Parts: sequence; C-alpha cells; structure tokens
Amino acid sequence: MKQGQFTNPETPGYVGFANLPNQVHRKSVKKGFEFTLMVVGESGLGKSTLINSLFLTDLYPERVIPGAAEKIERTVQIEASTVEIEERGVKLRLTVVDTPGYGDAINSQDCFSTIIAYIDDQFERYLHDESGLNRRHIVDNRVHCCFYFISPLGHGLKPLDVQFMKAIHNKVNVVPVIAKADTLTLRERERLKRRILDEIDEHGIKIYHLPDAESDEDEDFKEQTRILKASIPFAVVGSNQQIEAKGKKVRGRLYPWGVVEVENPEHNDFLKLRTMLITHMQDLQEVTQDLHYENFRSDRLKRGGRLSSHGPEPEEMDKDMILQEKEAELRRMQEMIAKMQAQMQKQGDGEGDGPHV
Amino acid sequence: MIGHTSVAVGGLYGEKASGPTVDFSYVGIDAILEQMRRKAMKQGFELNIMVVGQSGLGKSTLMNTLFKSKVSRKSVLATSQEKIPKTIEIKSISHDIEEKGVRMKLTVIDTPGFGDQINNENCWQPIMKFINDQYEAYLQEEININRKKRIPDSRVHCCIYFIPPTGHCLRPLDVEFMRRLSKVVNIVPVIAKADTLTLEERDFFKKKIREELRANGIDVYPQKEFDEDAEDRMINEKIREMIPFAVVGSDQEYQVNGRRLLGRKTKWGTIEVENIAHCEFAYLRDLLIRTHMQNIKDITSSIHYEMYRVRRLNENNTVVAHANGIPEHHLAAHEM
Repeated sequence: MKQGQFTNPETPGYVGFANLPNQVHRKSVKKGFEFTLMVVGESGLGKSTLINSLFLTDLYPERVIPGAAEKIERTVQIEASTVEIEERGVKLRLTVVDTPGYGDAINSQDCFSTIIAYIDDQFERYLHDESGLNRRHIVDNRVHCCFYFISPLGHGLKPLDVQFMKAIHNKVNVVPVIAKADTLTLRERERLKRRILDEIDEHGIKIYHLPDAESDEDEDFKEQTRILKASIPFAVVGSNQQIEAKGKKVRGRLYPWGVVEVENPEHNDFLKLRTMLITHMQDLQEVTQDLHYENFRSDRLKRGGRLSSHGPEPEEMDKDMILQEKEAELRRMQEMIAKMQAQMQKQGDGEGDGPHV
Repeated sequence: MIGHTSVAVGGLYGEKASGPTVDFSYVGIDAILEQMRRKAMKQGFELNIMVVGQSGLGKSTLMNTLFKSKVSRKSVLATSQEKIPKTIEIKSISHDIEEKGVRMKLTVIDTPGFGDQINNENCWQPIMKFINDQYEAYLQEEININRKKRIPDSRVHCCIYFIPPTGHCLRPLDVEFMRRLSKVVNIVPVIAKADTLTLEERDFFKKKIREELRANGIDVYPQKEFDEDAEDRMINEKIREMIPFAVVGSDQEYQVNGRRLLGRKTKWGTIEVENIAHCEFAYLRDLLIRTHMQNIKDITSSIHYEMYRVRRLNENNTVVAHANGIPEHHLAAHEM
C-alpha cells in the first residue's frame, strides 16, 4: 500500500523522526511553562480584578488599598506574585508583576524609572545566567508581556500613557487594554479605540503585533486571528462574581439597569484578550527572547565592561590575564633553555674530545 | 371716622378684635413678597458655576443635562478635536436661559487641562487666582464712588468637582484641590460617570470619600458651620449623608417604556439619567437648582466674599482683623 507509507512503523523507509514533535511536546508538558506578565496602570482601573478573572484565581488574597494620605508618600512599588496553574496536565508557572503607585502621585514625572529598572534587571540576570558556567537551571524571569491599562474616561491617551509606552516599547511587548469598558456605549468604544490607535501611530509607539496566521492553518484559526487583530486595543470588563442572568449563572457585574456579562463577546472583549494571551503565549516569549532580549544583550555587550557586578566574572577575567602571563613566562623560559642548549652545544664542540668525567 | 378707617384698611369683618380666623388686622405686608418676586423676575438671576476635573469625566455633558440645553463650552465652540491643553485654561461661557417667565444668566466656567498633565503640582493655582480675581472685581465695583445700580456678579457661586469613579478612594490630587478651595468657594463633589460602579461599589466609595474628607478637614457644601437653624440643619444633614452624588450625564433621548427619557443605551440595558434608582443626578439637580440655589449664592456673597473683602481691606493690618473677630485661618484661606 502506498498510502501512509511513513506512518506505519513496519513500513520500510520509516525512520521515525516524525515522532519528534510528540517527544518535545511530552518533555515540555513535563517541564511546564513559565510566563511573566506585568500590569501597569493607574489605581482603580480594575487591574487586579481583571487578572483574577483571566486566570480564575485570587492572586491578591490579603490586599489592602491605601488611602489618599498614604498615597502621597508612596513611590512606585514592584510586587511580583507567582502562582502555579495546572490544566489538563499542563503546568503553567505564572508570575504577575504589579506596579502599585503608578500614576497616583500629583507629580508622576518619575514614576516609571522603577519599572524600567525592574525590566532591565531581569534581562541582566538572564544575561548573567546565560553566560555563566552552570546553565542547567536558568530561571526565566524576564517580562514577556506588559498589559497597559488605559482609562476609559478620557478621550484617548493621556500624556503619561504616551511617555510610558514610548519608554518601554523597546524592552517589552506592550498590549494596550481599555479598562472598565462597561463605562462606554458601543459607539463610544469604537471611537475611543480608533482614537487610541491614531495616537499610537502619531507618537510612533510600537505595540505588540499579533503574527498573521500561517497559510497552512485552518480557516477558523485564520478568521479568529483576523478578528483579534481588528479588536486591538481590547476593551475589557473583569469580574469574579457569579450573577444570575436569564436563568443561568454568569460571571458579571450587576447594575440596576442590567447585567454586564464578562464572557459575552457582545458586551466586551474579555474572551478575545484571554484567547490572544493563551494562543500567543509562545509567540510572546519568542519575541521577548529574539527581539527585546537580544537588543538588550547587544547594547549591553557593546557598552563593554564587566558583565555584572556580582558573580565570578571578575575572577575569570583575572584568571585569563594570569594565564596569558604564565604562557608568556613559559615561552621566555623555553627560549632561554634553547639558548643555553645552543651554547652548550658550541662549547661541547669547541672542547673537542676531552675526557668528560 | 377712625372706626371706619380701620375697617376700611382691615377686612370686611368688624366685631372681633382678636382671633386667628379673623383677618381684622390684615395689613397687607405680605404683599411685599409678591412685589419682590415680580422685581426678581424682571431683573433675572445670575448663576456662575465652575466645573473642575480631569478631561473626559463628562463635565460638559453634565452641564448640558442639568440645564437641559447646550450650555457647555464644547457645544458652543466648533472644535471637534478634544486635545488636552498643555497648561490649565479658564474658559467662561455665558447663556441666557428662561423658564416660566424667570430669566437666568448662567455662566459655566470650564477648566480644561486640570489634572491632565504628568506633573500636576500647583494646578489649583490658576483656579484660585481666577476665583480671587472675581472677588476683586466685585470689590472694586463696590468701593467705587460712583457705583453701578446693579453690580455685575461674576463671582463663582459653586464649584463642582468631578471625582473619577475608581471605586477605591480619593487621589492625592483630589484631596489637595478640595482642601485648598473649600475655604474660598462652595465645593460640590460629584462622582463622575457613575455607571461604572455597581450599587455596592458606589456605597463603599462614597463612605470612603466622606471619611477622607472628614480626616482632611475638608468642608464641602453644605457646610456644617453655615447651617442657620434646626430646620436647615435637618435638611442639610440628609444631604451631607448622601454626598458625593454619583451622577451620570446624557444629552441623548431614548424611548423607554413608551416615554422619551435622557439616558445612555448599552447592550445590557439603558441607564436613565433622571431615575433615582439608577443614579443620583436628580438629587444634584434638585440641590443646585430647585432648592439650594439661593442659599449657595448667599453663602458666596455673605461668607466667602466677605472674608476676602475683610482681608483685602485690612491688607497690612491683621490686628484690626482680629479685633473684628475674624480668626487668622480664615484670612489665610485666600493665600495660594
């Protein structure tokens, strides 16, 4: 039979490397995935609620929201929470990096230097680990994706939004998200999305672009990708409360005039955001590795100097120098011996056949 | 003769000299109310409202909704581009509106650019300056030798401060602004775009805001210290328990249950602006327009303006001010 000549293991000509993807798959399932997501936005935009809704978990069980007086004193903090999620045997180690204090102060001039320092620090650590001697257990804490929350109340991007996105768009994948989208009617939402996209263009901000579907993917996937691309920035609503609506229980928000359903695509883009994140998790990691990390690495190495202030690097450099010095010494000694031998030879010849006792 | 006169002046009923049912001693003093009313209607009223808040909080829409006409800056100017200005601007637009024979000159003072910059330090200064400038203008007219019959009143009677509906608490900027300006003008804080909050979130937010206002010593309208009598206090206490009002504005009408109502239509329902089960716009409207408008103007002229006036007239002479019983902190209130 000609058909399936490579699938039947008994067929002559079957090598078996077609099984490789399965082996990779099994190994990665065993190993698990790591993903770091950063969320940035002003207080009160529903970031924590959205993250809890996205991953159906409570990442912030002991949360205390500070009052205005305390906020005056605070600077931007970085808080990372890690949670292990398992679904159908696949393990995901998700780290969510929160940035409380962003945009809260009256003067927000400096509020993103802490955030940028954090992102660079993770790159630095990875670079150091990658260049080290023991590369078995490199932990990837680099920020793979940054959800930037835009307030639905304004008429577009605020000056702070523009400045921040321009400062990080070369370091991390930026996904702009319109928060609390139930503030907007459908028309207002479309207008805001268009406005934001125009302003992103105008200021030359590089947000994360979903890759086009490959030509060999099926039509459904291509269509899904098209719809996703057309909906950016996603206008989302988050909630973990179960409300009774139209006879069934849904996650949503209960108002006197109706119920906003989180998972209803007609109400908001929550499902689209979740789909995008999940189907493109791999791509987000790749772009972080191939583009942002490589940019950081080449910049860093060009700048030269020590690779990092901690670790065995300085000693290694000295060892190199010592090695070189020792080699030079060796060469010199060898030359000296060669000269002595030559001299002895000459003397030996000159003395003729005297008796050597 | 005398007897006849008294009967003629009084009512038509003679005999009884006392008793409430007999209009024997009706003089007709209360007719003065009618005269005042007619005069006021002829003169018309002036109302100056300032709206302060970040861009996009629905200030212009709320003004239009309150006065059921296009009175905001956005409706008057043809600008379609809503760019955030680089510095705070103060823009006044006046309209003459009329209802049942009563005329009102309404001035809406807008403050685009407030709170929109990255660095918002001192963004209250231009606003303070504007308010003080209006007091100054009025003062100059007042101390003139040849005074106008009716001094044009451009003083800011009421400043509506728009709080973004975060649902958590006030921001440092909100506290700073209200703390400084509550001493020179009547501040009415409102929660803008309140259709973002569920009823529970709204109650929690309001409680939190009231706590923070108390903790920072911010006295918003209606101020406790200006309650005139027990009746006032009762009414105002009820209002104080409800502020800040959670409002939603709209200038579009929709068909709901056979009636045309102002509202916002979404996929999950229509928010009716004037329905108190949905939002507290009706309470704000009643407060500002139907019940407390005159009170707001009175407090502005008899308290805030007087404080300014005393301070100005005693510019370098704080001793005289103390002698007049005005405490230092009231004088200092007008400092920026």
